[in-house]
Amino acid sequence: MLADALFFSAVLFAIGVVGVLTRRNAIIIFMSVELMLNAVNLTFVAFAQVYGYAGQVFVVFVMTVAAAEAAVGLAIIISIFRHRHTVNLTDINLLKG
Amino acid sequence: MTLFYHFCFYLFGLVAVASACVFVTRKSPVAAALWLVNVLFCIAALFVLLDAQFIGAIQVLVYAGAIMVVFLFVIMLLNLGEPARIADARGTLWYIGAGGLAIVVLAAMMVRLPHPLPIETFRIAADSLVTEARATGAVAPVAVPLFTEYLLAFEVTSVLLLAAVVGAVVLGRKRNESDAGPASQPGTAGTGTAAHAR
Amino acid sequence: MLFQTAAAVAGGAAPHPLSGTAADWVWALPLLPLLGFVLNGALAIFGSAKAGPADPSAGSHDGPDAAHGVPGGNGQDDGAHADAAHAVPSQRHPYAWLVSVIGPLVVIAAFALACMICVAMIAAQPTTPFIQRYFSWMPVGDLSIDAAFQLDQLSMVIVLVITGVGALIHIFSVGYMRDDPGYPRYFSYLNLFVFFMLVLVLGANLPVTFVGWEGVGLCSYLLIGFWFSDRANADAGKKAFIANRVGDFGFMIAMFLLFANIGTLQYTEIAAAAPAALPAGGALVTTVCLFLLLGCTGKSAQIPLYVWLPDAMAGPTPVSALIHAATMVTAGVYLVVRTSMLFSIAPAASLTVCVIGAVTALFAATIGLKQWDIKKVLAYSTISQLGFMFVAVGAGAYVAGIFHLVTHAFFKALLFLGAGSVIYAMHAAYHETHSHEDAQDMRNMGGLRTAMPVTWILMWIATLAIAGVPLFAGFFSKDEILGTVFARAQGSALSDASWLGIPGGALLYGVYGICLVAAFLTAVYMTRLMLYTFHGPNRTGDAEHSLLREAPAVMTLPLVVLGVLSAAGGFLNDPSFLPIAPADMLGRWLEPVVGPATQQITRGGPAEADPRLSAILATVASVVALAGILVALLRLKPAALRPAREPQPAESKVESLLSHKYYVDEAYDRAIVTPTVVFSRNILWRGVDGLIDGLVNLTALISRWLGDSGSAAQTGETGTYAWALVLGVVIVLGTVALRI
Repeated sequence: MLADALFFSAVLFAIGVVGVLTRRNAIIIFMSVELMLNAVNLTFVAFAQVYGYAGQVFVVFVMTVAAAEAAVGLAIIISIFRHRHTVNLTDINLLKG
Repeated sequence: MTLFYHFCFYLFGLVAVASACVFVTRKSPVAAALWLVNVLFCIAALFVLLDAQFIGAIQVLVYAGAIMVVFLFVIMLLNLGEPARIADARGTLWYIGAGGLAIVVLAAMMVRLPHPLPIETFRIAADSLVTEARATGAVAPVAVPLFTEYLLAFEVTSVLLLAAVVGAVVLGRKRNESDAGPASQPGTAGTGTAAHAR
Repeated sequence: MLFQTAAAVAGGAAPHPLSGTAADWVWALPLLPLLGFVLNGALAIFGSAKAGPADPSAGSHDGPDAAHGVPGGNGQDDGAHADAAHAVPSQRHPYAWLVSVIGPLVVIAAFALACMICVAMIAAQPTTPFIQRYFSWMPVGDLSIDAAFQLDQLSMVIVLVITGVGALIHIFSVGYMRDDPGYPRYFSYLNLFVFFMLVLVLGANLPVTFVGWEGVGLCSYLLIGFWFSDRANADAGKKAFIANRVGDFGFMIAMFLLFANIGTLQYTEIAAAAPAALPAGGALVTTVCLFLLLGCTGKSAQIPLYVWLPDAMAGPTPVSALIHAATMVTAGVYLVVRTSMLFSIAPAASLTVCVIGAVTALFAATIGLKQWDIKKVLAYSTISQLGFMFVAVGAGAYVAGIFHLVTHAFFKALLFLGAGSVIYAMHAAYHETHSHEDAQDMRNMGGLRTAMPVTWILMWIATLAIAGVPLFAGFFSKDEILGTVFARAQGSALSDASWLGIPGGALLYGVYGICLVAAFLTAVYMTRLMLYTFHGPNRTGDAEHSLLREAPAVMTLPLVVLGVLSAAGGFLNDPSFLPIAPADMLGRWLEPVVGPATQQITRGGPAEADPRLSAILATVASVVALAGILVALLRLKPAALRPAREPQPAESKVESLLSHKYYVDEAYDRAIVTPTVVFSRNILWRGVDGLIDGLVNLTALISRWLGDSGSAAQTGETGTYAWALVLGVVIVLGTVALRI
């Protein structure tokens, strides 16, 4: 089942990449990133079946980090929205020098 | 491995992929979020099928439950308006480019897979996870290494969560509290006045 | 003592006879004036901070030279310049009294130390130089240059002259510069000059000498332009500096060649290695000597680089006496004698020295005949006398050259200081009546002997000395030069060599003849100077005449000392045919230094002409000198002169040529200065600079274009960066997965 799980994982990851690259809504981009993290988690669990529980432990860590990231990221989005009244990333180009 | 097992595995896998495709193409953030929840549920099912019952459970609890609720909550909070009015997705060219890229990534992975992995020696006996889970329950095999071998990482993760909480509070706080005038001063008779002024 | 351990032992294992004597203190000789420089310089800085802007840069100075314009074509500046001088009352520097003590005292102390060292040297009679090594200055690969001083009989003589005459001139300056606002600055420069001059003379190798050589050039520049608020003075300083750079180029090339071929620059080692490493009369040694000579012509104001010296008279008169007559300009002569071991094996180069000296002597003497500025006359006289010294050292008469250097230091210092005294009196008189006349023009003088009898007598002594009247100092030294040149023409290594196809013997006879003519002209122009300045009716002006008076004692006393030396200095090297003093003292004293080189020239023969021939030649020279004086006395009519403010009688063509100094300055201007300026402006500035600027700007444009296009890629949108990131990931994954 390892190869099949990895295949699904890869496809889901790629869909996540497509979401990040094509969407402009910051929240949807964020959710795409979550999807990519889940695809990776699937890989970890698939390998854990073959190589032991360490992979599953790692999934716990990834979930924790994802939760933290969601908290901070959404706070940032709220903060940006409060100032600019948009979450459209093409309208937010503060990085331009 | 039974046929039913295979059927379930591919069913959930394909549903996950299809839901993901729908997820990235939704204009409305709320719809996208709900489709993503569907994907996460499917992945949770895959976790269970891959002998990770505990991980599947927290996937439902933490991800599909907690995190996605936060997302939905933020979407509602921002109240971004009608989906039709939001010119969100980029043009066709971007889709083609992104799709091409995704195909390249996939191809690269598929080409990479057939090579024998150099970690074959760490391979454990087949069904050992199932045996262990039957002996001690589904949680213990994950919890024991987490609190022994990876204790330091676990503690550091708690610090990370603390930092995230502090960061979220600082970022989400309103900046102009001090400009609010008498209304923000507690213990005065001005509370009613302030409410009146508003 | 600090340096005792470092004192190098010359001449094998045995300690040098001078070690353990006063000569151990040789390091203190230059250090004393340096101390004076530091102290006076500090006073100049702090004093000006305290008293406000008092230097000429603030627009006013009141030195004796102040109210005269720089002679030679810028008389129109006079009025405005003098007005500025009169507008601000004379203002003594707040620390002048302290400077008056420190400035001369350090030089007097150095002179006293030099005397003690000299006594020790007379007692020890060393045959090798006493070398004191302080530290390794430039240890680079094969090149190892030490900061070291070398004391031998030659440097001893010059050190005595520098410190002795220098001390007298310092004392004179106390009076002469008394009211100048830049008084401490003046003395600090003067002290610094003495320091560098001593470094030049005491240097044990060419680079150390070169440090002193450059240092005195710097001081010369600073002191010529001492009153730099007047543009002409500053220009004169620059001219001196630039002319000297041309010479320094020669000096450096000579050093490089010597190092490349001998591998050492220390005098003792050059002397030891030269005969073996450099074939006598070969092209290499001749080239080295000619480049050295170029350096010497710059410093010693010989043709073709003499033009700076007359302009250098823009500086204060004591500076002219010390730097541009007595000491610095003789550095070229000193250097030729110091490197005589090279010149003696390069007859062609030696003959060149001779020819340049003779031509310069005659050339400058003729110009001196028609100058009206008293200091210009003396300046051309100095050039002429330096020509005599070059003739001497070129002919291998090193002793005679140094002898003339010493006596010339005495009488030319006296002449300059006497002229300074006259200018001081003239200026004071004109200052009193607020007149803007030129205080240096001899046409404004005349009849000063009644007002300044002491100066008058002393100046006559110096005039007789420089003219070569028997028993005065110049007689002995000039006579020895002429006699030795004649003897060399009769038979020596030089007379057998040839110079540009001319046989050396004939050439030397010619040089002798030119020198006789130059000596005659010397007598003429010096008598002319005396006649016009001190005799005949006074032309200063009716009001000013009664105001002329002798300078204070602090100025006349040094003159008296120099007068005694000018009168009796010749007995330092009394010729054998005139048994008054111990014969040939200087010659025997210098024997250890210049003996080998002289022997090389004479091929083992006697260094000088035999006594009978010397006596005959001396008689000839005396007759020539006396004839010159007589001709001047008979032909020149001081009474016929008109003051400079009145229209002058028309000049004949020859007179005009002489008074315009053969138009050499104009020729140099046309031939060198203008083409250089035009070339720099049109080709270098507009052309090459434009090209380089264009290249630089092009680089800037390219960078800017690259930056602009780079910044266009930076949209500031996170989406773009995500794309770039993913592309990068794909490329990395692709290369790994496809095993490219």
